[in-house]
Amino acid sequence: MLIFDHSRPGRTAAAQLPAAGGNLDDLPAALCRKDAPGLPEVSELDVVRHYTRLSQKNFSIDTQFYPLGSCTMKYNPRACNSLAMLPQFLARHPASPDETGQGFLASMFELQEMLKDVTGMAGVSMAPMAGAHGEFAGVAMIRAYHDARGDTARREIIVPDAAHGTNPATATMCGYTVKEIPTDATGAVNLDALKAAVGPQTAGLMLTNPSTLGVFEKTISEIQKIVHDAGGLSYYDGANLNAILGKVRPGDMGFDVIHMNLHKTFSTPHGGGGPGAGPVGVSTRLLPFMPIPLVLNENGAYRLATETDLPQSIGRMSANMGNAGVLMRAYIYARLLGGEGMLRVAEYATLNANYLMAKLRDAGFDLAYPTRRASHEFIVTLKKLKDATGVSAMDFAKRLLDYGYHAPTTYFPLLVPECLLIEPTETESRETLDGFIDAMIRIKHEAETNPELVKGAPYSLPVRRLDDVKAARELDLAYKPAA
Amino acid sequence: MPFIPHTEADVSAMLGAIGAASIETLFDEIPPALKTGKLKDVPAGLPEMAVTRLMQERASADGFWSNFIGAGVYEHHIPAAIWQITTRGEFYSAYTPYQAEASQGTLQLIYEYQTMMTRLTGLDVSNASLYDGASALAEAVLMAVRSHKTSRRVLVPKSVHPIYRRVVNTTVKNQGIELVELDYDAATGQTVLPADPGSFAGLVIPQPNFFGVLEDVHGMTDWAHDKGALAIALVNPTTLAVLEAPGKWGQTGADIAVGEGQPLGAPMASGGPYFGFMCCRQDFVRQMPGRIVGRTVDLDGKPGFALTLQAREQHIRRSKATSNICTNQGLVVTAATQYMALLGPQGLAKVASASHGGTVALADKLAAIPGVTRAFASPFFHEVVLKLNDNAKDVLRALRAQGILGGLDISGWYPELGQAILVCVTETKTAADLDLYAQQLERILSKRREAPPCAYKS
Repeated sequence: MLIFDHSRPGRTAAAQLPAAGGNLDDLPAALCRKDAPGLPEVSELDVVRHYTRLSQKNFSIDTQFYPLGSCTMKYNPRACNSLAMLPQFLARHPASPDETGQGFLASMFELQEMLKDVTGMAGVSMAPMAGAHGEFAGVAMIRAYHDARGDTARREIIVPDAAHGTNPATATMCGYTVKEIPTDATGAVNLDALKAAVGPQTAGLMLTNPSTLGVFEKTISEIQKIVHDAGGLSYYDGANLNAILGKVRPGDMGFDVIHMNLHKTFSTPHGGGGPGAGPVGVSTRLLPFMPIPLVLNENGAYRLATETDLPQSIGRMSANMGNAGVLMRAYIYARLLGGEGMLRVAEYATLNANYLMAKLRDAGFDLAYPTRRASHEFIVTLKKLKDATGVSAMDFAKRLLDYGYHAPTTYFPLLVPECLLIEPTETESRETLDGFIDAMIRIKHEAETNPELVKGAPYSLPVRRLDDVKAARELDLAYKPAA
Repeated sequence: MPFIPHTEADVSAMLGAIGAASIETLFDEIPPALKTGKLKDVPAGLPEMAVTRLMQERASADGFWSNFIGAGVYEHHIPAAIWQITTRGEFYSAYTPYQAEASQGTLQLIYEYQTMMTRLTGLDVSNASLYDGASALAEAVLMAVRSHKTSRRVLVPKSVHPIYRRVVNTTVKNQGIELVELDYDAATGQTVLPADPGSFAGLVIPQPNFFGVLEDVHGMTDWAHDKGALAIALVNPTTLAVLEAPGKWGQTGADIAVGEGQPLGAPMASGGPYFGFMCCRQDFVRQMPGRIVGRTVDLDGKPGFALTLQAREQHIRRSKATSNICTNQGLVVTAATQYMALLGPQGLAKVASASHGGTVALADKLAAIPGVTRAFASPFFHEVVLKLNDNAKDVLRALRAQGILGGLDISGWYPELGQAILVCVTETKTAADLDLYAQQLERILSKRREAPPCAYKS
């Protein structure tokens, strides 16, 4: 039932309406609306009940184990939300003078400095509002750097074939062409292919490390040097920063720019698809090009930097200060964890991933990269199972939902057939992991003995498998009541 | 260990299962030379109680203000129910609804949101949201260029928020797109259409514009269409309760409508998170960036919801995607959907008219003070530019000493206006609030006439 089905003409949530409206007689009639917009007319209880019930149709971290690879679905501490939502913080207009927000700006400045430390970069800007937005900032800075030097023949960004789709899409948005290079059988970047790919046309390389294949690039220093020697800059996609937090720093590896996904590593909520936050860290040579605003500390007085402070900046990426409230949640998380807590994040995320990987391998699952350590995630391939039983990775994933587990990431990375990318995170207990392992084993047994059962899953959710073809062919994107 | 449940017994059992001597062994593929050791600028962790105290102190230091700043972000009442439900774990800690069967709550909510936005804007389809209003405008400019095929020029009035214009520039400048500024009439504050614009892909039409002034949206829409370009509406969703929907502008309606969703239930919160909305005509749906939810059926024929038209997106199309975006501002959209449902058509119209009524009342009071005049003699909505015969920065600082944020100094962005402030009233302000502002402004201006202004430079 849609909220519109609850609507009755003339019904209102009266307590939410202003006591009196205002006069609109000064407005030209031609510019005024003739018909009221068709929003629902419902009571407050209708709204509360309807959306509470909708919420109950979701899987979430707070209700289920959510081992969605590459997404770092760890517990989002409640204090991060309640403290970021203190009424004074919420009431502050973004165009208020800096003097009216010293508490807020101090928090932002300290977060900025902590992010510098954990990445080992010379500067951090928190303007980007998501990981892909951070990627855009990073590649735009690479372009601004080359352009400022008059080095305009560099028109190519190199991206490994295992990369997240946002990498090539971002390069295109920055006016670059994309050159893909292959990955070898151990999941590592092929150095010969990289050497052959670089040249005077190379603007830079975008690299995710640990990669989307769940392994650390052992030759990271060589990779980075090959690109620098060719005159290109190196971009570190920090999507998997959770695996190395405090252990190694992209700045120490010689990278020029990194974006972080605070909604992963710093545990801000995923919110059903956003909002995220994608701060960028840069090396010294990219400092002048950082997106604004940044937070400056002038003898204990905090203020936002503007175009005047950074005349070569790539510019603004949002109308205000990015997703400020998300940054506040990340700051609070960082203060709860502290430096030693951050080191533990990578350690226990890695412990959990390697434990799950070992137990699943022992239970007869095929690993995509059996000779490698897991980083904070790893890949199981169900190709043999599919060949033998017809049960696909998608079927397997849907059956996991029946067992009360959110599915791992399926069919990504594209290189590994019938893959499940599994990321448990550090906040899950051994018992939870063991429960998941049991479910995996039972589903494998079901696939071998009763494949049709698995192919028809899920059975216990609000809906069964949905017709995606119909959704795309007979577009129904907004409710229209039957005439 | 905060947020890590492992006991020592767990750790040794798990290491045993792995066959590793220690946790550190698990990092043996990382070249030792790269290992960091310690973080020097991250302070020691604090218990929740201590962090609570710290944040409460910082919040108290920031305090509360009587706010008359708008400029794209508006202080509206937010019903208590909204964020209580929005921060339920099932919404708060879920992710992008890739597993549709396990995400019907989020998916249905987005479908309802899309429906509400099409009804507010009078257009056929809506996406699931973009980052904010400025980035939504940038995406609309890219969409217009993709749709036009030949021209890579887009006309952007100077009466569009100056920061929005900068964000658009940041986003599109590397793709060979030219943004052409259109001037405004000094008397009316309305956009002046050029006699000979040359070929262009789109025209941005702000309503109300940055000055609060109402543009001739019908004439502008038809003019863009006559020249073979798209009409891009940039609108405030609250005002659409009473102002004409973009889908009905001119003869055939605007093609795309975008704007800042913040007024629909998102707290101002120093800048975010908010969300950008984007609606368009059905013909352009495959050019639209961002997530889109569609209604379909399951194996048993039961209605359900799923992400659709994913072939436009980066995870399928990679370098040929419509945009690199892969999130929406889901949680804020969750709040906005409930806001629109709670306010309904009557409530939203009442919020809009109360805000406008308050702005008219305040503008009249302030313009009656010697040294204050309205900048433009044309209809405005819910926001107004006032010229001062005194230094705007100093006057605003003196108002601040009285707890009043009197508006936004726009003299730097529009030097031709002289000393000018943009002032906004919403339904949250009472008659007493308006009176206090007027009294204080009158007192400050008259005192500054009589005494040397440096007395106020604290």
